[in-house]
Amino acid sequence: MGIIVVGLSHKSAPIEVREKLNFPESTLPDALRKLMTYESMRECLIVSTCNRVEIYASVSDSAMGIDRIKQFISDYHNLSRNVLEQALYVYPDAQGVRHTFRVASSLDSMVLGEAQILGQLKDAFDIALKTKTTSTILNKLIKKAISVAKRVRTETKLAEGAVSISSAAVELAKKIFGVLEGKNVMLLGAGEMAELAAQHLLGNGVKNIMVANRTFERAEELAKEFNGDAIRFEHFPDALVMVDILICATGAPYYVVSREMVSRTLKERRNKPIFMIDISNPRNIDPEVDKVDNVYLYDIDDLQSKVDVNAESRSKEAEKAEELVTLEVETYLQWERGLDAVPTIVDLREKVEDIRKRELDKTLSSMNDLNEDQKRAMDIMSQSIVNKLLHAPLVVLKQAAAAAGESDNTIAIARRLFNLDRELMRPVHERTIDQQTKEEPARSKEKESKCR
Amino acid sequence: MNLLFFQAATVAYLLAAVGYVVYIFKPSHKWTGEAAFWATLAGFLCHICYFAFRWSESGRIPITGFFEAINFLGMGMIFVFLIMEFRYKIAALGSFMLPIVVILMIPVFLLSGDIKELNPILKSGWLGIHTSFAVLGDAAFAFACIISVMYLVQERQLKAKHLGAIFHRLPSLDIMDTLSYKALTLGWPLFTLGMITGSIWANSAWGTYWSWDPKETWSLITWVIYLVLLHLRTIGWRGRKMAVLSIVGFLFVLLSFFVVSRVNIGKHTF
Repeated sequence: MGIIVVGLSHKSAPIEVREKLNFPESTLPDALRKLMTYESMRECLIVSTCNRVEIYASVSDSAMGIDRIKQFISDYHNLSRNVLEQALYVYPDAQGVRHTFRVASSLDSMVLGEAQILGQLKDAFDIALKTKTTSTILNKLIKKAISVAKRVRTETKLAEGAVSISSAAVELAKKIFGVLEGKNVMLLGAGEMAELAAQHLLGNGVKNIMVANRTFERAEELAKEFNGDAIRFEHFPDALVMVDILICATGAPYYVVSREMVSRTLKERRNKPIFMIDISNPRNIDPEVDKVDNVYLYDIDDLQSKVDVNAESRSKEAEKAEELVTLEVETYLQWERGLDAVPTIVDLREKVEDIRKRELDKTLSSMNDLNEDQKRAMDIMSQSIVNKLLHAPLVVLKQAAAAAGESDNTIAIARRLFNLDRELMRPVHERTIDQQTKEEPARSKEKESKCR
Repeated sequence: MNLLFFQAATVAYLLAAVGYVVYIFKPSHKWTGEAAFWATLAGFLCHICYFAFRWSESGRIPITGFFEAINFLGMGMIFVFLIMEFRYKIAALGSFMLPIVVILMIPVFLLSGDIKELNPILKSGWLGIHTSFAVLGDAAFAFACIISVMYLVQERQLKAKHLGAIFHRLPSLDIMDTLSYKALTLGWPLFTLGMITGSIWANSAWGTYWSWDPKETWSLITWVIYLVLLHLRTIGWRGRKMAVLSIVGFLFVLLSFFVVSRVNIGKHTF
């Protein structure tokens, strides 16, 4: 029941690749259903934003699952596996849990602490829920991730940083324009932070928002959200004449806005000032643009340095958040291990019952002169022997399921002692057993004694 | 006795200037801005009293001679400032305006305030009209210049991405750009009226409208500079360049006021 995250983000792949892997929201249910037909898939969830495309899955076999998910992406988007291998990262099991929590808490975002990713994760989860491609594992994982994100937001000041960055942008805009009513804003590209900044501007009186994006559908989606107009990406330089505030976050690896373009625009708009915010990394607006009169260009670092929280305390908050995530990953893994105990208990019961039945049958078949009462008595006796014998191990296992910490050892030892896996041990168990064999008996005895 | 009002006004302006400077550099001391405003208002009332006393004493509007002209200019600037403060609530304006007014007043403070006898040939209703228009035009240009300085300070900070304490006190670029433009559109017609009335007055006194007196020539240059400035604005010049030009224009006004009027022998020498 391994958790796997396969995907790419602004950290691992350029926008060109990310865009190719994009799953538009309307196609998600269909994609999810298709993915479920692949071997080893038990549950799946697809998160597709402008900064990341990720598949969260619970699979019956990790290696197979990883391979099948990659194959699905390759099939779905008609891309060669070679291209994918380079761009995709894979987080199995505990790493996957950790990654999920980090994404939800916005520790993996371009701007630390921005809240939008959590909403996007929730939306993706809703779609998967409706499509019925998630169940116990992913439901628990995502719900936990959401609560971790909320914890990070309330217990650290990470989110304040992101919020104050966009309010810094608003403050600067006010220093340039005075009032923002009637100002035109253009969103060029669509990043989490760009949307956040746009929302802040809207909250401060801006009415007209234009959205230009390489994929026009996405632009339309966003424009609808802001009650604005979508324009084709090729046309944005012409529309620039009307723009007072430009928020740029295309994610392109080159300058989308050149000095020459801006000089021309300024002439056309008779030097009415433009405030440009470049949130992209790498930058999308040529820094030379700042030299044009009446243009004020700020990138994310400039904005960040305007925020009261200094760099040091911000990284401290991030550290705090990381610690929180680590802690939560631990709790989650304990829960998951607890889940492991249930099948072990079932396996153990089945195995012992199997032995009992076989041995009883063997004995009974060799003793022909027994009456029904005697047979029943023997059956009951064997059952009570088995139950008495199993009582202590089952209690320990149930405790292990509920408690945390060394439970994985308990379950592993139980499986080994009763030979439940027929030599097929999972690697993680082998490792722990080697380390723990010496001290384990003492510990189980301790637990046994506690039970009585 | 009436000089006491003048001194009181100057002291009040000085206190206000200190208050406003503290206000702009120390964001935590907000009250200093308000205190400075009341000091300015008190100073202005003293100033008006002084002006009225001097008027009644000399029997003519006291805008002749260097002392009176500067005095009137300072009063005009404070008047413009109070209106702007009332209308736009830009306390930071005081941080720039008041020190300049104080700098204007200090030399006057040291000069003789004696009332001089006026050449009888100039005694005419045009005296008050011509000088009022001219000095009010200058006051408007001074205001535009100060706003432009503020604009440049803010523009520099925005461009350098280094926002000092001042930054939080300054109004937006857009407001400053607009105000400076408004001041110019007000100042230029006043200045023009000053020139026209002056020339009518000259005709009634000397029988000639224009005599290429150094002050006249210099004023004509100043007038043309501001005309060009306004024209450039209408064809789309804005922001930094306009601010710089407006400051340059005012330098000509200052030169005219302090140098041309003093060193050249002409009709305007006072």
